[in-house]
Amino acid sequence: MTATTSTAAPIAANGGWLALVLKLRALIALGVVLAFFSVMAPNFLSTANFLIMFKHVAITAILAIGMSFVILTGGIDLSVGSIAGLGGMVAGALILNGLTIAPLGVVVYPSIPMVIAIVLLLGGLAGFANGVLVSRFKVAPFIATLGMLYVARGAAMLLSNGATFPNLTGREDLGNTGFPWLGAGTVLGLPVTVLVMGVIALVAAFVARDTPFGRRVYAVGGNERAALLSGVRVDRVKIAVYVISGVCAALVGLVVSSELVAAHPASGETFELSAIAAVVLGGASLSGGRGTVGGALIGACVIGVLGDGLVMMGVSEFWQMVVKGLVIIAAVVLDQLQGRLAAAGKA
Amino acid sequence: MSLLRAEQVGKTYGGVVALDGVDFDVRAGAVNVLIGENGAGKSTLMKILAGVEQPSSGRLLLDGQPVRFASIREAAAAGVGIVFQELNLCPNLTVTENIFLGRDLTSAPGVSDKAAERKRAREILARLAHDIDPDAQVGTLRIGEQQIVEIAKALVDDARVLILDEPTSALSTAEVEVLFRVIGELKQAGVGVIYISHRLEELMRIGDYVTVLRDGRLIDSKPASEVSVAWIIAQMLGDKARDRPRTAARQAGEIVLSVEALSLPRAGGGLLLDNVSASFRAGEITALYGLLGSGRTEFLESIYGARPAKGSVKLNGEEISHLPLAERCRRRIRFVPEDRQRDGLFHNLSVGGNLGLSRLIAFAKAGVIDGGRERSAIGEMMARLGVKAASPQIAIGALSGGNQQKVVIGRGLMTGPLVMLLDEPSRGVDIGARGEVFDTMRALADQGMAVVFATSDLLEAQAVADRVLVMAAGRLTADLPLEAATEAALVAACNPIEAPRNMEPAQ
Repeated sequence: MTATTSTAAPIAANGGWLALVLKLRALIALGVVLAFFSVMAPNFLSTANFLIMFKHVAITAILAIGMSFVILTGGIDLSVGSIAGLGGMVAGALILNGLTIAPLGVVVYPSIPMVIAIVLLLGGLAGFANGVLVSRFKVAPFIATLGMLYVARGAAMLLSNGATFPNLTGREDLGNTGFPWLGAGTVLGLPVTVLVMGVIALVAAFVARDTPFGRRVYAVGGNERAALLSGVRVDRVKIAVYVISGVCAALVGLVVSSELVAAHPASGETFELSAIAAVVLGGASLSGGRGTVGGALIGACVIGVLGDGLVMMGVSEFWQMVVKGLVIIAAVVLDQLQGRLAAAGKA
Repeated sequence: MSLLRAEQVGKTYGGVVALDGVDFDVRAGAVNVLIGENGAGKSTLMKILAGVEQPSSGRLLLDGQPVRFASIREAAAAGVGIVFQELNLCPNLTVTENIFLGRDLTSAPGVSDKAAERKRAREILARLAHDIDPDAQVGTLRIGEQQIVEIAKALVDDARVLILDEPTSALSTAEVEVLFRVIGELKQAGVGVIYISHRLEELMRIGDYVTVLRDGRLIDSKPASEVSVAWIIAQMLGDKARDRPRTAARQAGEIVLSVEALSLPRAGGGLLLDNVSASFRAGEITALYGLLGSGRTEFLESIYGARPAKGSVKLNGEEISHLPLAERCRRRIRFVPEDRQRDGLFHNLSVGGNLGLSRLIAFAKAGVIDGGRERSAIGEMMARLGVKAASPQIAIGALSGGNQQKVVIGRGLMTGPLVMLLDEPSRGVDIGARGEVFDTMRALADQGMAVVFATSDLLEAQAVADRVLVMAAGRLTADLPLEAATEAALVAACNPIEAPRNMEPAQ
């Protein structure tokens, strides 16, 4: 940057450099984490390990992408882990037990694409409920989605009385085989899960950046009243972001149960926290209006790589939690620093 | 011919009548001026016309046909646009994104056409004679620039009726001229402009029809050619109209506050404050006159410790420039910010809560607030400043701009300050209440306080102050006693010729 006076030049130069580092902190953090584990953990740099790691990252990333829309409006979605758990259980129930249509007394076994569609629809409905509570009934997002967290988890438990649905391979004669492909299959050598994540990330980034809807999401988070007075249907925007988050959560439920070829009702617990952490690491502001899909993706990579790397180094699970917590706190502190720097720049 | 007509429109908020059967005609190709004190019902009427609120009674006619605007979108679709008095922009979005928010241009269904939007935004800004970068984040713009963006937002719709609610409150003289030219163009194009302002000379200049509201009722409506400023004031104030004689400048006391060589760097190079020195005496009202961006706000905020300025600030001889804001507060300097809604008020607290906040420690006994003591102090302050509120318990948002301003001033007064710094104290305050705010400032000075207020209103500077400082481009360009503070002198000081620049080191 060119500075016009000699006194201001060093300040501006320093500020510019520091600002850039802070802005790219998620990417830098990812680089540091990767470099660290490359040295510390043998086999970390292998292709096989990266494929495994990316499958783990995909789960957090899909949730984080959905979550980032919610957080951009200034909301939060605590229910995604539970919705993922419920989604997996519904898929399991549909594959193993089919759908009983009571008045006819028949049991229908939907095909796998149908199962996926039903589960995604269900996730969307749960998100819709969150959105209606938040926008129409003015329930604080934290509370509305906390309620949904319990409701969805309880429903998941009720489906099997707390038991696991095992062996979700389906049966030839029922025409519902192929479920494990989602979690274990590959296309052109890449895991399906990772491809799904990639597609979702591209679509989400496009929606956030290049569509009127995306802009309205940012507007609602930036100044809700201004958005309202500009003719934005704020209620619809809010409902839509929770629907997006719910669908992403249900998708994660499908991926996880497909990978395990089994659905466990407790699956997805604390996933919401990783997702929120990823979004924040990616530079989003919890008060809304600031953040990107790309950032959330990088944040998810940091969280995923950190987890897997620590496991490979043989660090205990308890220490892993401590480290993750510290990283999240550091991210928010840096975020504040960046904000202060930006404010100073304005002054 | 009436383009949009309000017929016997009434509005009641929970039993309180805000509008009482008002008729209002918006004529095409004319500037329809609406005046009245704050609380007269202007804003309510505007909100009804723009679809933000629905009338409790009466009806709207567009081209003679009854219409109902259920939302601001419906009104916009019918061609009624509005620029709100309070800025309604998303600080995290760019200028272009704000202008097209809710009215996106798309290249394919559901895909924003950013290039087209940017091009159109540039055109509109050019029409407003502004070189604001369409890609700049709105949060980084000055308030005056943000106001231009607000106006640009309304222009993009090709509205047939355009409501401008105090559009000039944050604009400089040059920017006001541009706005008036644009209003002239809109008139030519047959747009019915509704114009609300407290600046009477503006209304007289551009108004074609004048409608006066008072206490929610229509008082009178006439062509502008048939009215005078005196008539407007009489209609607005009713029985409240009275002369406000200018009190003679008092003998100023000792120097209370002195500032020396205050400088504040601008991010990205240059200076917001450039070596500013001045001193302020007890019992003296000093106006800090300057246009937008002259550094007047930065100067006051630096004295208060809200900005990291270099230089010396002395209060009664004691150096305080190294002290943080809270310490300066404790040494009894008080500041009333320009943006009252954002920086001055706690919207979650009542009138009393807003007033008492600065004195909670004094109200406390052993760490517990003594409600009785707090109530009596608040009551006294409300009486002293003449705050018009039914009780200290009502919400701060229910008060008019003038009364809210008194509450912010009163909060400062609770601590018995030595120096009172006020940034644009009359912004968003109607004329009647403006006088009261200025009377309050005079009374404070008479009690021995040093009062400094920033203003961009020439007449205000002349009418209220004992002494006028002029700022331009971060420098103090004039320090004039009232007698010398003529219009010509002030304007000249605002436009310093190249001379001072030569003092800068060669680049």
